Amino acid sequence: MEQEVTLMKGNEAIAHAAVRCGVDGYFGYPITPQSEILETLEELQPWDTTGMVVLQAESEVAAINMVYGGASTGKSCMTSSSSPGVSLKQEGISYIAAGELPALIINCMRGGPGLGTIQPSQSDYFQATKGGGHGDYHLIVLAPASVQEMADFVPLGFDLAFKYRNPVMMLADGIIGQMMEKVVLPPVRPRRTDAEVALQCPWAVTGKPESRGPNVLTTLELDPHLMEKHNIHLQEKYDLIKANEARCEEFHTDDCEYLIVAFGCVARICMKAVEEARAAGIKVGLLRPITLWPFPADEIARLSRQVKGILVAELNAGQMIEDVILSLDTRVPVHHFGRLGGIVMDPDEILVALKEKFAL
Amino acid sequence: MKEEIIIAGFGGQGVLSMGKILAYAGLMGGLEVTWMPSYGPEQRGGTANVTVILSDAAISSPVLNSYDTAVILNQQSLDKFESKVKPGGTLIYDPYSIHHAPTRTDINIVPVDAMEATFELGSSKTYNMVLLGALIKVRPLVTVDAVMAGLRKALPERHHHLLPLNKDAILRGMTLPAV
Amino acid sequence: MTPQDIRRPENVVAAKPRLLNDNTMHYCPGCSHGVVHKLVAEVIEEMGAEHIAIGIAPVGCAVMAYNYLDIDWIEAAHGRAPAIATAVKRLNPSRLVFTYQGDGDLAAIGTAETIHAANRGENIAIIFINNGIYGMTGGQMAPTTLEGMVTATTPYGRRVDLNGYPLNITDLAVRLDGTCYVTRQSVHTAAAVRKAKKAIRQAFENSMAGLGTSIVEIVSTCSSGWKMTPADANRWMEENMFPKYPLGDIKNTVSK
Repeated sequence: MEQEVTLMKGNEAIAHAAVRCGVDGYFGYPITPQSEILETLEELQPWDTTGMVVLQAESEVAAINMVYGGASTGKSCMTSSSSPGVSLKQEGISYIAAGELPALIINCMRGGPGLGTIQPSQSDYFQATKGGGHGDYHLIVLAPASVQEMADFVPLGFDLAFKYRNPVMMLADGIIGQMMEKVVLPPVRPRRTDAEVALQCPWAVTGKPESRGPNVLTTLELDPHLMEKHNIHLQEKYDLIKANEARCEEFHTDDCEYLIVAFGCVARICMKAVEEARAAGIKVGLLRPITLWPFPADEIARLSRQVKGILVAELNAGQMIEDVILSLDTRVPVHHFGRLGGIVMDPDEILVALKEKFAL
Repeated sequence: MKEEIIIAGFGGQGVLSMGKILAYAGLMGGLEVTWMPSYGPEQRGGTANVTVILSDAAISSPVLNSYDTAVILNQQSLDKFESKVKPGGTLIYDPYSIHHAPTRTDINIVPVDAMEATFELGSSKTYNMVLLGALIKVRPLVTVDAVMAGLRKALPERHHHLLPLNKDAILRGMTLPAV
Repeated sequence: MTPQDIRRPENVVAAKPRLLNDNTMHYCPGCSHGVVHKLVAEVIEEMGAEHIAIGIAPVGCAVMAYNYLDIDWIEAAHGRAPAIATAVKRLNPSRLVFTYQGDGDLAAIGTAETIHAANRGENIAIIFINNGIYGMTGGQMAPTTLEGMVTATTPYGRRVDLNGYPLNITDLAVRLDGTCYVTRQSVHTAAAVRKAKKAIRQAFENSMAGLGTSIVEIVSTCSSGWKMTPADANRWMEENMFPKYPLGDIKNTVSK
């Protein structure tokens, strides 16, 4: 298989990966720091090669509803935005989750609340992992920590989305989106033919052939008993996803006495802090959740029995720490270290925080 | 081998693209690379800086609090980054836009008259390549060949006729540091 | 003659279209939706397009249009039908894609999606039911509510100083380069029904021919919301709605 090693921004890697993976449609709206995704796709002109549809919508609201429409027809559709734009998309995301549609939504987070800042942040963790829009639903949330993962999580995201008929969110941030790293683009996958789509997605709204009754994609059910039944079905699906799909990466956890939990770009910063701590004789390890929902609770539980303390480092005021605490299997002190509003901590700050919180 | 570099100056001086070409050169040389820019309105004339990490092993943090090497193109950046060069590290700066020269004695300070050389070359757009030449002379992290290969990757093909001019600038830059 | 004799196929002079199923409609007596549903079903059937037809249902009284027409449907979020139709058509260009929307859905919350889909010239047909009121939520003011008209949220009549002017969004769409066919019809008389059907047919054909966006506004009654008998509602519509929303083709770049 053709392997292309190249240097690109995380945002560009997403665009290239989308074309290579045979994505059918991208619908977006410009917002810093993720506009390179739409720009790169427009530059690549995939409509001439793979036939992929790329459209700059009139708003984030329109873009997510285009994804809803495209996904309803069984096509692989994606959108991307940054925090304020993702807030606008929440209505549509709720519909996509309710309609059990496969789709990929990218949030390249920036600092908030409000219009906030264009600098990196992780303050949309709650929004991404706890629902975001109205109703009881979950997205599968992937947290890339490198440009390579920005590319790899496009096909992974769609695989999970179609496997479970559930929207997947890639929760990235301004750092991963804007930085350039070496990346091996994922292997080329041709777009599915209409026949393949119909076979894979018998529920898809494609126009009704004589061989079946009408396919109707609706999220409305006025009978509360039926609506409860649908909700129970969704919850059963979420339980299955929880059982199967929690992923994480561990770094120097074998003998660690203290554990740092961090995701995305902060996990990268913490890796360096771990190296520095170990050079100073402190046995620290790092657990990086790769899926934020489902959360890798079992691994946290296991390590909670091993360590003297846990530091959760995030670019927010303390969001993932709640899931860490819920995952504990024993009483162990858990502290938070965060920077807010677009400020990114450096590795030294993590080390200082670790020493201060645990009086090392 | 691992080199953590900050390049800082005004937006429009070619800071980000100098870092990009350095990163590409590292990639051509088989290294792991990370290029992390300051982004946003800063690109439009304010200060701009980029962190470039070249390493023969996987790179952890793209965000750093100290650097092996700093390439400094204006006073604001010098004020900000002089203290962040690791002891024993290197600070390359262009005296053209510096009013108060660096004062540290525990690092290797290398003034490079890149702006002057760029005037002599006659193309202001090669300023960052002159500096890149000086950098790889002082810190031989990548070869000239790797830089040229990186340039070929980084530049759209419609600009490839500018490759010889850029090579001249890099070679000129390499003559500037008093090593 | 027994009822069975009367119902023999050779005695049939008029039948409901095959695509219109036997589900009991939830529409009020005198409502225009049922007639327009029938016309849409007839046109799709006559075009032989049931296997390629994809309808986008709105939020509003027609939210459950999918219960009555046996084709594939997507039920949209309020106002978003044109955005959904945009993606459906672009990803499935061989399909007949239409939205079916009311005035609140299309001309209030969905104004941006309506204007931009039409301005891009998406190859879709938009069926726009304008009865000047929010029917489903209980008769509140719509953007198209006439001046002086009493609704649940304008209990003393719509005042332009408080609520602005009635929005003639179809006339706005005429000015967009992306629209190829913009027409205003009604279904309150047999003649009007025939014209409306022709308009829907042309809109659907335009979308299949890739000529741009077609908008068919149907000026309609809402006897429940207007608190009138169906007959009175028809008369009131003629006297009050038609002067503000006059019937006829407003733009046709593909005249037949």
